[in-house]
Amino acid sequence: MHIPDGYLGPATYGTMYAVTIPFWAIASWKLNRTLKARQAPYLAIGAAFTFVIMMFNIPVIGGTTGHATGATLVAILLGPWAAVIAVSVALIIQALLFGDGGITAIGANCFNMAVAGVFIGYGIYRIIAAGTGPQSSRKIVAGAIAAYISLNASALLAAVQLGLQPLLEKSPSGQPFYAPFPLSVTVPAMALEHLFLFGFVEAAVTALVIKYFQKNDPQMLG
Amino acid sequence: MKEIRYENGEGKRDKSIRKLWIGIGILVVLSPLGIIIPAYFGAGGAWGEWSLDQIEKIAGFVPEGMKRTARVWKAPMTNYAVPGQGQGPTHSGIGYVLTVVIGIAVTAGIVYLLAKILARKNGTANRM
Repeated sequence: MHIPDGYLGPATYGTMYAVTIPFWAIASWKLNRTLKARQAPYLAIGAAFTFVIMMFNIPVIGGTTGHATGATLVAILLGPWAAVIAVSVALIIQALLFGDGGITAIGANCFNMAVAGVFIGYGIYRIIAAGTGPQSSRKIVAGAIAAYISLNASALLAAVQLGLQPLLEKSPSGQPFYAPFPLSVTVPAMALEHLFLFGFVEAAVTALVIKYFQKNDPQMLG
Repeated sequence: MKEIRYENGEGKRDKSIRKLWIGIGILVVLSPLGIIIPAYFGAGGAWGEWSLDQIEKIAGFVPEGMKRTARVWKAPMTNYAVPGQGQGPTHSGIGYVLTVVIGIAVTAGIVYLLAKILARKNGTANRM
């Protein structure tokens, strides 16, 4: 789901930077008002967690791989604005140091996973888990469902951005200028593997870690 | 009295943070599974993250704009490999762990500093 350089045209990657930068600004402003110095280690661990969980590539029929992102989990534990920052920094470092995701696509990749992934996951979790105590098993179910939907939403966004390229960016002869596959290819390809496998991995990881916090550190679950 | 309770709370917090870092450490040690298992099943990379060579095979051609933009950035440790690392699964696995450690250290370090800077004006209450 880390879109590389060369796949999105300037119109798309420029737009995605323009959409994502305000979220970074608001997140910084929110944390500047509310964050306490003693919470810094938890943010660092949250960022480390999303980084490492994305290293677990899982093969799927058809010869490709995918992974969880931990975006929903980090949002549940640290709040959505802290999660936007934690997941974004992980994605930016992955692009800059390891070429995992393009630098032109940082805006798009951060929007898909660190903004949309975070807020969709967090919103669904809050709705399903509303009114539950720290030890409620509904929190685990809520986290799992939210994580499943969140990862699928991130994948769908990436698929749509890729699939729009042949419509938006053509050479004079009419050939695709950037990512060459239409929506009718990108959306099913990415949606199916996330609906049938990676979404469940994200759900399981989220549920397990919520269970861990219920047992060991329930105050993190508010 | 208040002082002691505060210190107990801090001790408990430090212990919980230590346990979480141990958890991250375990995931780091296991991370080569993220390349070994796909290799075992003959899976390549993620869908839509192909190199130019792969794109040529799949689409039959390399789009012009893609050719121009694909190599705009040369990452120092492309594909989670240490520069000059040897061939074969052992080297890949060790390189993977090393680069993941570097990536996590840089990521966590930046987020920690950023959080400290953003939090510098705020008190010690515990809401986020």
